[in-house]
Amino acid sequence: MDNLLQIQNGQAVSRADIPDLDFTVFQQTVLDATLHGGFIVQFFAYEDEQSMLKLIAVIRSGLKLYVAGCSLAEEYPSLTPQCEKFHMFEREIAEQFGVRPKDHPWLKMVRYHKNYRGKEDIFGNDYSQDIPGNYPYFTVDGDAIHEVAVGPVHAGIIEPGHFRFQCAGEKVFSLEIQLGYQHRGAEKLLEQAGLPRNRLPIIAESIAGDTAIGHSLCHSQAIEALANLEVHEGAKIVRTIALELERIANHIGDLGALSGDVAFNPPLAYFGRIRGEFLNLTLTMAGNRFGKGLIRPGGIAFPVLAEHRQIMRNKITDETPGLTNVCDLLFSAHTVLARFEHTGTVSRDIAEKLGLVGYAGRASGLPYDSRITFPTEAYDQVESNSNERTVGDVLSRASVRREEIMHSLQAIPKLLAKEVDAEPISVPPSYTLAPDSFVVTINEAWRGEVSHCLLTDKEGSILRYKVKDPSFHNWTGLAMSLRNQGISDFPLCNKSFNLSYCGFDL
Amino acid sequence: MLKVIQNRREQGYRTTNYPKEPITLYSRYRGLPTVHQECDKELARQCAEACPQQAIDADKMLIDIGRCTFCGQCEIQSQGELVTFSNNFELGTSSREALFTSGSLPALAEHSKQHFKSLFGRSLQLRQISAGGCNSCEADTNVLGTPFFDLQRFGIDFVASPRHADGIHVTGPISNNMKAAVLSTYEAVPSPKVVIASGCCSISGGPFWGSKDVVGDLNSLIPVDLYIPGCPPHPMTTLHALLHFFK
Repeated sequence: MDNLLQIQNGQAVSRADIPDLDFTVFQQTVLDATLHGGFIVQFFAYEDEQSMLKLIAVIRSGLKLYVAGCSLAEEYPSLTPQCEKFHMFEREIAEQFGVRPKDHPWLKMVRYHKNYRGKEDIFGNDYSQDIPGNYPYFTVDGDAIHEVAVGPVHAGIIEPGHFRFQCAGEKVFSLEIQLGYQHRGAEKLLEQAGLPRNRLPIIAESIAGDTAIGHSLCHSQAIEALANLEVHEGAKIVRTIALELERIANHIGDLGALSGDVAFNPPLAYFGRIRGEFLNLTLTMAGNRFGKGLIRPGGIAFPVLAEHRQIMRNKITDETPGLTNVCDLLFSAHTVLARFEHTGTVSRDIAEKLGLVGYAGRASGLPYDSRITFPTEAYDQVESNSNERTVGDVLSRASVRREEIMHSLQAIPKLLAKEVDAEPISVPPSYTLAPDSFVVTINEAWRGEVSHCLLTDKEGSILRYKVKDPSFHNWTGLAMSLRNQGISDFPLCNKSFNLSYCGFDL
Repeated sequence: MLKVIQNRREQGYRTTNYPKEPITLYSRYRGLPTVHQECDKELARQCAEACPQQAIDADKMLIDIGRCTFCGQCEIQSQGELVTFSNNFELGTSSREALFTSGSLPALAEHSKQHFKSLFGRSLQLRQISAGGCNSCEADTNVLGTPFFDLQRFGIDFVASPRHADGIHVTGPISNNMKAAVLSTYEAVPSPKVVIASGCCSISGGPFWGSKDVVGDLNSLIPVDLYIPGCPPHPMTTLHALLHFFK
């Protein structure tokens, strides 16, 4: 770790302090870290003021967070053959900047868009043509092999993506997931020169609308660090509660959907209704069921007072017994357990190699929870959670969700008991960002580690805005969970991960 | 089995009697805004300038709820002098122009196409397409199937195949990468068919307006029949719009 600079979550550092390593030293350093228990938080390229291409790696190892950088040539030896964690990150860099990672084992586009530098396309795509473009799928040869292609438009109300299965009969040998359909150019928009600053939080909370609180927290904390804004204790508590309500609502909805996927309808109906109660609690604070509009750099936009705390306390008291019983109904039905157990297993070894995060990681035995490792907001007042079943199957992922619902239901009343009123910030907000600075923010949103990374130039304008949704790590985990499974188990496996398409496609 | 019965008893009957009985949303919910015409012009100009979505026209004293994300900043900034958001969730319109409002919208039921009512009034099947949607519009459309709203009791349902559908319900700012899929799904729906733009993204690009990677306006691709504003639209907004437009 000698060549890396240790940093703190949500604390700005000067760009000049980031070690600017020789590429081979950089490569050896990040490989050493990631092959020995370290995980990638961010790994991205940017063009500096002189249009020189730079590479930044933010790595977490144990309780510590590190950063290092280097200059990037038009071609470099890929890190993926030695460490799978880099696989998607290197493809993303190739797509965004037209840089070739030599000997990358599966170099193809991530989202289908022109690179930012107007360089020749690495993948040989002609972007005047509509997606899917020109690229191969992983195939399995043999007389008995058949291929199943699904999407982008799926049955049901769900985001688009393409899934390509290689099967023998019912059995799936390989699943390749090709996304990109949801690409809206969010990063480019966030760093667009002259973009009014007050657009940033609006864009941030729509990066993934089901994670509006997670992404807007990361955004606000990054701005607060760069602009040196103080957040009131009461606002921190509200923001923590909002993130936990988001977790509860999404987990409840997914438990219902999992129940529906195994044709056990009562919990589907009950969880569906109860999820709405928690979305309505977010509305009580934010005026919006997903919490859009609530979190802004410097604090919160609306007051949260005794009246609102009482509504939340009452609702949690009213709904907890019923919710507990519906959970018991789901997890004690033997027909449900028979479908959940040993389905879609991702071993700890694979999960670690891929760097899975959130409940998908925890269900496979990787206990990382950034609420505990890199606490923000009021998380120093929230006790840690533990998980019983962590063997990586659908049942593990479902049980972890149930445990997290119960944990959050206990955490919120304790936070409410502080009885701190939170006054809103003034609008329109005005702030200046520290020049030549770097900040990375990490929050444990419901799917896992969300991270935003900002670099400013010498005028304090945003030079690079990098967003990472936990889905960027975890989609590969879903693909692995389908190996040697029946294809009919795909919906169940998919829902147990429930990953974000737009969060991946940005 | 015993647990199923116990839970059934405990959960009870939860479906709303809407539209027979009205629903009042919590006061903080930001629904239909009113632009106060008597507001100081300078304050109106300041709020319009600070609006992230550039949804306020300070000269005409209108707000475009097809662009607005209902973030509430203008109400806070003007301390309610320029804009106040009500908890009225009835926001659907049949024309883009009607979304430029100072506080009232035309009655939706009187502005829908009469042949839609006779064709789809008793049974309406929709194919949902998320085209760059952030999953909040999608999620709050999906909840219409939960027991509280129970959309199917009105003969309205979301179906898997466009061949089985009477129309499409589109969310998201139409990412360039979904444009072809939106058009082919639309073509796959048999005529006569209805097109619904849901959420400010599909109406105006929403938070992503100005991005080169999105189309930003469904109406520029295919003619839209029904607009449902919001970021995302509240499920009641969608329910109200569907019932009034088709029933």
